Amino acid sequence: MADKKIRVMVAKPGLDGHDRGARVLARCFRDAGFEVIYTGCHQTPEQIASAAIQEDVDVVGLSCLSGAHRYLFPAVAKLLKEQGADDITVVGGGIIPEQDFQMLYDAGLKAVWVPGATLDSIVEWFRTNVQPRN
Amino acid sequence: MYFAAEVLEQSSTMRQKWEDEVRKVIAKNPDQKPRWSTVSDLEIRRLYGPEDIKDMDFANDIGYPGQYPYLRGNQPTGYRGKYWTFRMFSGMGDAKTTNQRWHLLLKEGQTGLSTAFDFPTLMGYDTDSPKARGECGKCGVAIDTLEDFMQLVDGIPMDRVTTSMTINPPATALWAMYCAAAELRGIPLTKIGGTIQNDMLKEFIAQKTLMCPPDPSVKLISDTVEFGTKHVPRWNTISISGYHIREAGSTAVQELAFTLRDGMEYVEDVLRRKGLDVDEFAPRLSFFYNSHIDFFEEIAKLRAARRIWAKAMRERYNSKDPRSWWMRFHTQTAGCSLTAQQPYNNVVRTATEALAAVLGGTQSLHTNSLDEVLCLPSDHAVQIALRTQQIIAEETGAANTIDPLAGSYFVEALTNEMEEKAWEYIHKIDEMGGMVAAIEKGFPQLEIADAAYTYQRQIDAGEKIMIGINKYVSPEATPIPLVEIDDSVELQQIERLNAVRRKRDNKAVKRALDDIKAACKKGDNVMPYCIEAVKSLASVQEICDVYREVYGEYRDPGLY
Repeated sequence: MADKKIRVMVAKPGLDGHDRGARVLARCFRDAGFEVIYTGCHQTPEQIASAAIQEDVDVVGLSCLSGAHRYLFPAVAKLLKEQGADDITVVGGGIIPEQDFQMLYDAGLKAVWVPGATLDSIVEWFRTNVQPRN
Repeated sequence: MYFAAEVLEQSSTMRQKWEDEVRKVIAKNPDQKPRWSTVSDLEIRRLYGPEDIKDMDFANDIGYPGQYPYLRGNQPTGYRGKYWTFRMFSGMGDAKTTNQRWHLLLKEGQTGLSTAFDFPTLMGYDTDSPKARGECGKCGVAIDTLEDFMQLVDGIPMDRVTTSMTINPPATALWAMYCAAAELRGIPLTKIGGTIQNDMLKEFIAQKTLMCPPDPSVKLISDTVEFGTKHVPRWNTISISGYHIREAGSTAVQELAFTLRDGMEYVEDVLRRKGLDVDEFAPRLSFFYNSHIDFFEEIAKLRAARRIWAKAMRERYNSKDPRSWWMRFHTQTAGCSLTAQQPYNNVVRTATEALAAVLGGTQSLHTNSLDEVLCLPSDHAVQIALRTQQIIAEETGAANTIDPLAGSYFVEALTNEMEEKAWEYIHKIDEMGGMVAAIEKGFPQLEIADAAYTYQRQIDAGEKIMIGINKYVSPEATPIPLVEIDDSVELQQIERLNAVRRKRDNKAVKRALDDIKAACKKGDNVMPYCIEAVKSLASVQEICDVYREVYGEYRDPGLY
């Protein structure tokens, strides 16, 4: 089915309340024609993983600006894997120092964005790299 | 009328001539772009003149410093008696590390303290809560109990230096710790001064440190206002904040309108719930604004803010004490204007924003460090940021005279426009039944979301410029040293908390927490009970769990 829409969950793990980027992206994905679920702030990795599976999304986009991404992003990826949902693409963004990128890729994230990325480039990455699951 | 009729007549003739001239020039050399606007997308004219401010009334709209409507500032002497407070927001790792940073800043000439707490503390969780994993000390200081707090203020002259604490849902608990720490050091509550942010409405709107639903959240705030009025008279019990509204992506007008309307909501709640006279508590209300990159828009916003508040306090709430009319505020330069790319450029941005805050008449200022878009500020970066304020104060001459931009056709016209547009929002929110009702409808949240999205699209399209992001981009990253908070801080903090739990009298803790619960249920003021609870070494989370149990928890509805 060529017309199947990408189903994306934008998620805010942890206690961070900086949600400007997450909300701008949620709206941008909606305008790009994706199906969007936005969790709101303050979700635990467990809540995000189980919601992603329940909502049958293709991709989870994690946003964190508090510095806790080193724990939270890998935790979500690990939980998805443990629950047999490692075909869900996990990506992330926020205030993330470059030196942390590799550990996030090693944990299973497929892309990491930091401030300055354009909305169109992110949408383009999704269109190229995320296949709607069956 | 602000100008004599013959001046306006002269101006009109001369203007005609100038406009003809402009038409000729742009026919040959068109403007670089068709529309010129502020960072908030407010359209700006090519030129402002007498016609743009001709309807102003000098006495009611401009006046003098220290006089209604306070457009020109609160202090009759301006900055000559005292500069604004150099107050750098800081907190990192554990209490000991933050205390060292505070002493460093005081040694370097900072004149007030400002506390950044980590996310578990901000949200009312202890470091060992499963929800707090990975967050300890990362973007502020971790405080679990009074023991941590005593270490935080170690050696700080609490009777001489004022301290601001950016704390919202757990404000009662952290303020209780400050009060208890002062008492333990033999300093009476009447001698301590400072500010708790304690502004929950903007949390629902923008910053999202959330705990209980709006109504009980406002009740707890009114408790602190009442307690401060009666027992801690030098304390600002609310810092009604536009900063976070702006950082969430609002326009300058939205920041102005939502902040002032939040302030009105608090005034109305204290009047209704506590039965205090407006002049008993209004002089201690304080405000907190963002100073963004659009220089004149920010100056106009700050000037307009003072005038709107003075009018609202006098006309809407019939306050009689001039100290209730003046709006005292802290300002912070805009974190969201900084770029991770070419980070040294941030020094220039911050300096420009700081100068706007000073020309807008701020009483207190935080200047962001160049590395804050990447991590917590390093010692070196924070020193440059502090020096930026000191240079503005003591080298540039910006503090020589009061409100130097008053009377500028442009600045006065822009100030009027900001005020007019802010009142439109305020009246709209009035019609919705007030700010709590507007928040429940998602109104301010969605207005801000619209503005944030529009701005991002403008950046992506190159209609608005951020140097290093969408213009003059460098292919290579500029390496700068980054401060890292080691993950081991979390384990050490948990050990410290466990040690406190082992040594304290757990029965006394339970009694104190039960007293808070009873006060919540009866609608009594919780503050005296909070002070007793923190003295018994109850933790921040234990106190907040009482609120969650009695009042229920509020979840972010995730509007976008």
